[in-house]
Amino acid sequence: MVYLIRVQLREDYSNLIFYLSPLVAVALTLFFGSFIFLILDLSPIESFKIFFISPISNSYGISELFVKATPLAIIALGLSYCFKNNIYNIGAEGQLTMGAIFGGGIGLLFNDSTSVFLLPLMILFGAIGGAFWATIPAILKTKFNTNEILTSLMLTYVALFILDYFVVGPWKDPAGYGLPKSMPFPDTGRLPVLFDGLRVHIGVYFAIIICFITYIVYNKTLFGFKLKVSGLSSKASQYAGFKYKNLIFYTFIISGACAGLAGLFEVSGPIGLLYRDISPNYGFTAIIVAFLGRLNPFGIILSSLLIALTYLGAEDAQLFLKIPSAVGFVFQGLVLFFLLGTDFLNKYRVFIK
Amino acid sequence: MQSIVEFKNIFKSYPGVKANQDVSFNIKEQSIHAILGENGAGKSTLVKILYGHLKPDSGEILINSNLAVINSPSTAKNLGINMVFQHFSLFESLTVAENLILGMNENISLTKLKDKSKTICDKYGFNLNLNSPISSLSVGQRQSVEIVRSLLNNPKILIMDEPTSVLTPDEISKLFKIIKNLVKDGLTVIFISHKLEEIINLSDYVTIMRNGKVVSTISTQNEDPETLGYKMLGYKVSKAKHESNINFSQEIFNIKNLSTKSKDPFTINLNKIDLNLKKGQIFGIAGVAGNGQKELMEILLNENDYEFSGDIFFKDLNINNLSTFQRKSLSISYVTEERLGHSAVPEMSLSENIFLSMNHKSEFKKGDFINFEKINSYASNVIKKFNVDTPSYNVKAGKLSGGNLQKFIIGREIMSNPELLILSQPTWGIDAGSEAFIKKTIVELSQKGVSIIIISHDLDELLEVCHQISVLYEGSLSNPLNVEDINITKLGKYMGGLFD
Repeated sequence: MVYLIRVQLREDYSNLIFYLSPLVAVALTLFFGSFIFLILDLSPIESFKIFFISPISNSYGISELFVKATPLAIIALGLSYCFKNNIYNIGAEGQLTMGAIFGGGIGLLFNDSTSVFLLPLMILFGAIGGAFWATIPAILKTKFNTNEILTSLMLTYVALFILDYFVVGPWKDPAGYGLPKSMPFPDTGRLPVLFDGLRVHIGVYFAIIICFITYIVYNKTLFGFKLKVSGLSSKASQYAGFKYKNLIFYTFIISGACAGLAGLFEVSGPIGLLYRDISPNYGFTAIIVAFLGRLNPFGIILSSLLIALTYLGAEDAQLFLKIPSAVGFVFQGLVLFFLLGTDFLNKYRVFIK
Repeated sequence: MQSIVEFKNIFKSYPGVKANQDVSFNIKEQSIHAILGENGAGKSTLVKILYGHLKPDSGEILINSNLAVINSPSTAKNLGINMVFQHFSLFESLTVAENLILGMNENISLTKLKDKSKTICDKYGFNLNLNSPISSLSVGQRQSVEIVRSLLNNPKILIMDEPTSVLTPDEISKLFKIIKNLVKDGLTVIFISHKLEEIINLSDYVTIMRNGKVVSTISTQNEDPETLGYKMLGYKVSKAKHESNINFSQEIFNIKNLSTKSKDPFTINLNKIDLNLKKGQIFGIAGVAGNGQKELMEILLNENDYEFSGDIFFKDLNINNLSTFQRKSLSISYVTEERLGHSAVPEMSLSENIFLSMNHKSEFKKGDFINFEKINSYASNVIKKFNVDTPSYNVKAGKLSGGNLQKFIIGREIMSNPELLILSQPTWGIDAGSEAFIKKTIVELSQKGVSIIIISHDLDELLEVCHQISVLYEGSLSNPLNVEDINITKLGKYMGGLFD
């Protein structure tokens, strides 16, 4: 007798569980995460305190939480357009980088400008840069039926090398002691902060505005309807007369523009110049944020805060627990793993026979 | 003769539906026992319980007078119960023999299996080449593969779920001959159908089910289609009939010399199709599934920019290059064969499904925003006028029964006042009540001057409502036949490709 694991589609899977599963995934992550601390000979409770509570126990910490959550939320909101349409744009990191190059380039080009229009122009070019980088996989997909997962991912590395070229080449700061970084942007090219002495910046407003716009687009507009139909059934979308190729373009452009915007906010906000490592993988982590938020705009805001906390916790854990900050990525990975797991078990029945 | 299967007080319910209520009857050994009922009467649930696919809430099944606990299809197979499903599960790119060996529980070599299959084929007259790929077979042959696959397990009981729905009249009579021979050799056949004549021709006994309950189990000897139909429905169905001998004059829709040259081996190439449709005419396209219906429908809808030569005219306007959206705007409406996932999205509400097909209408839009108020009132109108049984337009389309959803979809299209309505399999798999309602609606619509094309495998349906019928065979469309001059022999010949 051979025992096999069998997987069977559930005929009527639960919507309630679909929206509850992020909570289940987080609970499982904490449970299994505590074993990681145990293996490292640390008290799980103390470690969790340092990881998840102490980072946000003061106003600086809360400001930092929003600094990290802002790019995550903006990128994830953009990605949700693609994912709803069943288009897997994995290259947000590259689109973010290209947004930083385009928008930051404007800041460097006009580095003696005192005009109030400099920042809006940089923001605009940031969005254009990201959108431009995202149209490449869109063209490849619609013209040659290339897999967008591969092309968008590969273009990420191209974008990172382009940034590398600029900061060690033409845009290197002559007064920078040979370090691979650009000159700082002029003050007019810096993103205003919300409170003196804290790094949280007006990007937060953008995230909130994009969240509300996205909510309206998804629920009230023809475009949102098209995305919903195409995501659920491509045949029904053809029946309705929607042009799927156009939708691919629009969703790539929107998600690219959002990622580019987030990239520009990073360099003109907390960083203030261009250098090699402008993003701690925000573009990739935002994929987790989008799915953890169930592609729902308000859900994405919540999940961006949670995932931002893993970044902060990892920094504190490195300082106080002397463990590598990569533990943060481990937690992000665990959340995604358990989320996919709960989704799978919600959709399918698994049994051994 | 003793009973081989005894159903004793079977109950099975789903949320909101009592699929089987106190079902008890016996099936005699070596008989052909039909289970008759409308869609949703509970016959599929019952045989799925027998085949171990579903567990009953309560009740017992006795096989050869022994209590049988059938937890899974493999338990059923061990008890000698096999089933041929309505939808085939064959791998298109594998050969017949390879598909057969995939269905075997025991280990057997391919050569041995071929010998065994060949014996079965020769004995019962299945015309199969074991080495040809499934993709090259007709639907009837594919069904033969399914039956041979079941016979390889040496079954005592064979369940067949609507086996004739995809066959030509000729293939049906062949199948019936085979079934009768199998029964002579000791097999018991459980035959599910809603076609009354077939049941009388083929089966010895019939169990009639209605709303999950057994109405009666009788011998078919003294029954005719009318008495049986009355027992199945509990009421008499009046036939939809159009006035005959109308002179149609105004041309509305023309297809001229339409051909396709696809290299995809899984599609049928259309061959010089000509079609003339006049105002107020109902035109039927008959034929066995897989003879180009899907391809023709795709070209009519223009969903995938299907490449073709020839011309399509709507009211003297060449619409070859018009998109689905533009064609709909010209007041051409479509109802596709697949309801869920094509002409409706199961996960979306009925209102949203209205907008799915009506998004070309400006009244439902305010700029880029959707006017849900108007859509909701349109949806309630459809629900009211077309007797759709649903509490509200917020219900998800997937929750409706097939018949209700089809009434909703056809109602949705008709309410938009189309000039041309193209329907594919409009009454496939729906209950007799909805079927009669839809046929009546179609006939009434034509009397208001709407032209209608129906693509269907169901000859009875076409003969009932159409003015003219052509047959599609391997991509060629026959000359049109007036319904008044059609006899079933001629139509059978046409369906076998014998026309010029």
